[in-house]
Amino acid sequence: MALLTKKDASLILDPLADNNPITIQVLGICSALAITAELKASVVMAISVIFVLGVGNVVISLMRNIIPSKIRIIVQLIVVATLVIIVDQVLKAFAYELSKTLSVFVGLIITNCIIMGRFEAFALGNGPWKSFLDGIGNALGYGVILIIVGFFRELLGSGTLFGYKVLGDPVKMTGLYSTGYENNGFMIIPPAALIVVGIIIWVQRSRNTALIEDN
Amino acid sequence: MSDKRLTFKKRLHILKHRFRGKKMAPAFNAFHTFLFSPDETTHSGSHIRGADDLKRTMNTVIMALVPVLLFSMFNTGYQHYAAIDAANGVARELSLWGNFFTWENLWIGITQVLPLVIVSYGVGLLIEFIFAVIKGHEVEEGYLVTGMLVPLIVPVDTPLWMLSVAVAFGVIIGKEVFGGTGMNILNPALTIRAFLFFAYPTWMSGDKVWVHEAVELAGGPDAISGETVLGYLAQNRGAEMSTAYDTWDMFWGFIPGSVGETSAFLILLGGLFLIFSKIASWRIMVSAVIGSLVMGLIFNGVVDAGWITETSNFYGLMSFEFWKHLIVGGLAFGIVYMATDPVTGSQTNRGKWIYGFLIGFLSVMIRVFNPAYPEGVFLAILLMNVFAPTIDHYVVRGNVARRMKRLKNATIFPKDLDSKEEELKVETA
Repeated sequence: MALLTKKDASLILDPLADNNPITIQVLGICSALAITAELKASVVMAISVIFVLGVGNVVISLMRNIIPSKIRIIVQLIVVATLVIIVDQVLKAFAYELSKTLSVFVGLIITNCIIMGRFEAFALGNGPWKSFLDGIGNALGYGVILIIVGFFRELLGSGTLFGYKVLGDPVKMTGLYSTGYENNGFMIIPPAALIVVGIIIWVQRSRNTALIEDN
Repeated sequence: MSDKRLTFKKRLHILKHRFRGKKMAPAFNAFHTFLFSPDETTHSGSHIRGADDLKRTMNTVIMALVPVLLFSMFNTGYQHYAAIDAANGVARELSLWGNFFTWENLWIGITQVLPLVIVSYGVGLLIEFIFAVIKGHEVEEGYLVTGMLVPLIVPVDTPLWMLSVAVAFGVIIGKEVFGGTGMNILNPALTIRAFLFFAYPTWMSGDKVWVHEAVELAGGPDAISGETVLGYLAQNRGAEMSTAYDTWDMFWGFIPGSVGETSAFLILLGGLFLIFSKIASWRIMVSAVIGSLVMGLIFNGVVDAGWITETSNFYGLMSFEFWKHLIVGGLAFGIVYMATDPVTGSQTNRGKWIYGFLIGFLSVMIRVFNPAYPEGVFLAILLMNVFAPTIDHYVVRGNVARRMKRLKNATIFPKDLDSKEEELKVETA
């Protein structure tokens, strides 16, 4: 027997490509622009969101029948805020430098539209197991884009990956730098992330023309 | 022409027909129409034959750019040798035929500027051809002007690979993603310039990039200075600037700067040529000049009123005579060749006044207030490119509102008033 039914698998797999929260639903753009200058920060951000959204979806799903609908946004906010503070404290305890790089953006996971969006659209109407898969799937879809953007921005902007100088040393002029190559300062600044995300959207929609909206 | 030997044109024509309907057809078509005026005519319907097609428009702009390009080649050489003299402590007096229009200056210019032109056209047209083949439409002439503008707005020693990357970025992200020539929101040449500026700032600003081999010449980075007029002013070194550059030199263009931007005189001639050939909008040019003068006057007024002292960071640029802003840096070049781009600029006449005025106004403002961007022109034009459709929208809405008012006051068709109003609303929605 397969580990997941076909329907359950699609909950995880769909958001990775054809229903990606960033490139298709265009949610969670702010953090995708702000913290993707380095691959490491992108990965940590992706893991944090996977944790928050996965656990959060389960908690909301378990409580879905007892939350009065008038105050559901407040309840959702409290759940996210609790989880985000856990993530923040863990980062501060075990990866202090990194938490400084991510600065306010860990806290701002609270405002990440993807999380509130999944709570509202899925967890309030489905069981815990499905909500868990949906949360993991959407967070993975978000994380994949973050990591792709972070990869290109760090490689082209700083010539490094996870801090390793993969293209040579720009100061000692070794590797690629000996040929006169220079890091692209444009990739460091947030607008570059917008353009990289735009290119991903372009490539994705030209491969699957069904995704193109009519207007 | 003998019957047996085919002319090049004829061969190309046959080649084109052989490829008709095939994947590479747009490439051959483009090559054919680029070199020759096609003799094919439409067979159905009635048509008016206009002489001012896109190709001719583009060629006129290029004609207006040729004097600037030629001058820039001489100036590149002149600045190079002037820097050598300065490094050796030799006083150099400008003499037009003695040491400016000389073969050695031209040679430096050819070896430095022509590669920029070739790379700009090569990379840009290659991408245009690839996109035309992928999309199966004809290659458009849009890149002909962009390809000429790009080498003129970069520092002379810009590495060719950087230029290629920037051109590829500008053509793909600035133009092709929006649907190609005529669809772009931003001016592609300025997109390329902005990309270079933000990606490789050390090659695009400072005092060493404006003169060919400025650093190598002197044997050390501090021995000579190729600081531009605006560079001096941004550092509050107005007095040094005045001794280094004469106002007439600024006007004629014997100063360091981006390749083609230095000669206000030739840009003025090019601008007049474009106005009289009705290619570029005089409204945009005039209003942009007014805009920059107004902003310059405001800054001069602030200095005269004593609201700002010499110790202020902005003093150098603020006290710069308002009209001189037009003859230094890229302001004149931007106004004449970039702001007037018919695709990215405003389309309505009233919109053109607003659009141009704000370009001039913001250019000088960015120049003065942001020392990191001594040249604000490209940013101002790109910003206004984004706002041009909004300006047009409100101009059109304003026009509609005025006419609606007139319609309401008219008594010719009192019965039809409501239906007319509805009709107009539907039309303009």
